[in-house]
Amino acid sequence: MKILLPFVAVIALVFLAYAGVGVAKLHFLFGVVLPYAAIAVFIFGFIYRMFIWGKSPVPFSIPTTAGQQKSFPWIKQNKLDNPSSTLGVIGRMALEVLLFRSLFRNTKTELRDGPVLSYGSEKFLWAAGLAFHWSFLIIFVRHFRFFMQDVPVVLQMIEGADSFFQVGAPLLYLTDVVLVAAVTFLVFRRLAMPLIKYISLPADYFPLFLILGIAITGILMRYVTKVHIVGVKELVMGLVSFSPVIPDGIGVIFYIHLFLVSTLLLYFPMSKLMHFGGVFLSPTRNMPANSREVRHVNPWNYPVHVHTYEEYENDFRDKMKKAGLPVEKE
Amino acid sequence: MAKGPTPAELANIDYTPPQTEWMDTPTVIKTGTFCWGAKAKNLNIVEFPNARDWNPSEEDWKLPENWQEIFLKGMKDLLGKYRSFKVFMDICVRCGACADKCHFFIGSGDPKNMPVLRAELLRSVYRNDFTMAGKILGKLAGGRKLTLPVLKEIWYYLYQCTECRRCSLFCPYGIDTAEITMMGRELMNLLGLNTDWISGPVANCYMKGNHLGLEPHAIMNSIEGMIDDIETITGIRINPSFNRKGAEILFVTPSGDLFADPGTYTAMGYMMLFHELGLDYTWSTYASEGGNFGFFTSNEMAKRLNSKIYAEAKRLGVKYIIGGECGHMWRVLTQYMDTWNGPADFLEVPVSPITGTRFENAKSTKMIHVTEFTADLIKNNKLKLDPSRNNGLNVTYHDSCNTARGMGLLDEPRYIIKNVCNTFHEMPENTIREQTFCCGSGTGLNASENMELRMRGGLPRANAVKFVKEQYGVNTLANICAIDRATLSASMEYWVPGTRVTGVHELVANALIMKGEKERETDLRGDPLPGKEGN
Amino acid sequence: MYNGGKIIAGMLVFLAFFTFPFYYNLGKANARPEPKLNTPVIQQLAEKKCVESRDFMRAEHMQLLNDWRDSVVRDNNRIYKNREGKEFSISLQNTCMNCHSNKKEFCDKCHNYMAVKPYCFSCHIEPKENKS
Repeated sequence: MKILLPFVAVIALVFLAYAGVGVAKLHFLFGVVLPYAAIAVFIFGFIYRMFIWGKSPVPFSIPTTAGQQKSFPWIKQNKLDNPSSTLGVIGRMALEVLLFRSLFRNTKTELRDGPVLSYGSEKFLWAAGLAFHWSFLIIFVRHFRFFMQDVPVVLQMIEGADSFFQVGAPLLYLTDVVLVAAVTFLVFRRLAMPLIKYISLPADYFPLFLILGIAITGILMRYVTKVHIVGVKELVMGLVSFSPVIPDGIGVIFYIHLFLVSTLLLYFPMSKLMHFGGVFLSPTRNMPANSREVRHVNPWNYPVHVHTYEEYENDFRDKMKKAGLPVEKE
Repeated sequence: MAKGPTPAELANIDYTPPQTEWMDTPTVIKTGTFCWGAKAKNLNIVEFPNARDWNPSEEDWKLPENWQEIFLKGMKDLLGKYRSFKVFMDICVRCGACADKCHFFIGSGDPKNMPVLRAELLRSVYRNDFTMAGKILGKLAGGRKLTLPVLKEIWYYLYQCTECRRCSLFCPYGIDTAEITMMGRELMNLLGLNTDWISGPVANCYMKGNHLGLEPHAIMNSIEGMIDDIETITGIRINPSFNRKGAEILFVTPSGDLFADPGTYTAMGYMMLFHELGLDYTWSTYASEGGNFGFFTSNEMAKRLNSKIYAEAKRLGVKYIIGGECGHMWRVLTQYMDTWNGPADFLEVPVSPITGTRFENAKSTKMIHVTEFTADLIKNNKLKLDPSRNNGLNVTYHDSCNTARGMGLLDEPRYIIKNVCNTFHEMPENTIREQTFCCGSGTGLNASENMELRMRGGLPRANAVKFVKEQYGVNTLANICAIDRATLSASMEYWVPGTRVTGVHELVANALIMKGEKERETDLRGDPLPGKEGN
Repeated sequence: MYNGGKIIAGMLVFLAFFTFPFYYNLGKANARPEPKLNTPVIQQLAEKKCVESRDFMRAEHMQLLNDWRDSVVRDNNRIYKNREGKEFSISLQNTCMNCHSNKKEFCDKCHNYMAVKPYCFSCHIEPKENKS
């Protein structure tokens, strides 16, 4: 159920766009109104979520130290995994965000008779995760050729590199292949590993299916049921220059693609996909581990009721004197 | 364990999840895996709400009428106070990288002990009551109403987490279950749902200065006994001071070291070392606890207990503080103390009076770890050591969760051990340093009624010890944590019999050649030294 | 500790990145390319029709050219039969560019607009443009 439902939901979205554009001819709704709404929700929703997180303070310095601390000059500090400076934190965060360093540590625990526990290296999740995120980013950046009248050389270089092997016409993008393969793997592992399946929610399958839907419709319209590509760019350029147009004869599949992307943008700020912003705010990673060196201030630190020495001495004065302990009051 | 499963039975672990979804699988509170409920009298001492005697195994938990309201209001409050809590409630993608990193999951196979699911128990309530999607879609969005069985389930699994943070190391977003457990336990304390093993020590520590409730004269008696033993072994009578104003250094260590073997040998080790150095230091009976069980109840309680250390340092007029070997004590001292009760501007940046080394890394807290202090002494050749006295010991070292992942104190204790022992072997790399496994009994889970849980949680650590025992003949497990010294003794006896559990400063004191000492026949435990067995 | 400054800075970067297409195109006309079909050869054609229909050519020309190349280079087949059964000589230079002799006004118009760089002319010789 928790797998079927999100799957059916994505299929339903596809049919909705098909019916809306192909049958009901609501080109303006699916081509202009919904994309605008989705972009607005994404941008303002994202910022709103960051604002809500930012409103709560970080009361304590709680980095997870993953290496040797800074102590003596003769003991080598692990400056990336236990950073004591801002530079170290930047390095740690860069590795985390760009290369998924923590996930790279992943191990697989096995229990054999004896009992013998062993911890093997397990890099598949890391590799698939990294492949997915990076190809998604490159594909997104590649799409900027639809958003700009004169496409900068950098984008053309990215595109050139992505289609380096010059397979077929139009040229096959490596990232298309990698993205589909990685997402498929990520779906597959949720289904095939019993414990991962056990923890998965509909909210875990839905974005995977949705992204897969986006990738498939995108690939279809590039390689199979081709669309009027110049018309597509005209529509997109109309959107980004705030003078929307609906060119004729683009092809329904484009509107399906666009609708799925709009759904993703709408869904993004209210879902776990916000890990994109959240990873930057994780206090176990983004703080220097120097709390013995520099005092961390808690804005809501308040005085508490303590049991003072005076009260303590009052409780035990006789016993203390008998034991020969010095006391403040005789 | 007197009764309960044998090691062979316990090691028969099934990692297959149940057929039913976790939200539809009721939790049964099992004997041997939970601690007794807090007693009213202990909670009353520290003015905690809803104090009453209660029993987790009984149907009626005697909750206040409006317990849901209290819980949810408390949650809202914590979400506003802690960005960590809010972010960690929102951004988990359930990738499962943390799943098999938890010692309790590895040892029990209970899927609700996977860190991700332990967090989801609370997260489901969060989604239901604090997110738009959850309010509209409910279960479809992973939301779950806070019912009595849900509350009991959350409670049960919050007390099957030792806040060791191993999961947080592997999480791609650094989601720290320790943080979630701390929030959850704080919420439970609003409902009086504490455990006896935590609330008792907290009340003791509040009134008497230490978890064990040792009154001033009892502390002195205990140390007196150790001094006698030291004299028997070394021929030297040492004379530590208590509550002495004007001393240069205040020494604070977990009270466990004053009370029970093998912690007492570590305490003897500190005293022998300090005596040999002629260190101008004092003990305090008021701040006679380095550990902080308050940390396992609420942030406020932890602060209330911790305040004594700086207060006493100020009253006695010392220059700085040395802290003994303890685990969560050092998480508190490193990441919390200065924020709560600082700035300690009445103290000075610690400088070793022996070597002149300035401890810049502690220039704000003004409190250094005793292994930092000792490693510096050894590096500067200030100690005369005879490591061969430890030749009977084939040593491995267990990193405490908190000193490893909340501090990064990894190489200092190793440096000391390698200088005071001739035989040292590391456990497998996935079980040490930042990847270290918990003893299985931290955060106040070191009671006796939950022994099955403790032994399950202790399996990964014990198994790594067993590996080096079989591989290299390791027979000694060194550590720098009072709870380790107590709990690893139990889990070693269960999983790897014949393993000695020892503090690092016990090893130091064994090897330490003291001025004017007689020829030593035995180690601190009274066991004959290598080559002296015949005497 | 709120690190508000850092969060705001981060949000500015976020905003700059995701709204880039909007401010980048401010004030720029959305000029749709109009490829020109007015070469002398085309103007003289009785029936102004390419080897296949306009819609087919618009969507599939790259695939067709790719197939033509393979057909000639690999199979030594220089005859293309279109959907109506009409035969054409497979030749970029003699068939395609014979009519579309205005590469700059025809091919490049859309290719530049879409930032597509076909590699036809890394082997073939570019036609000399009729300066008409």
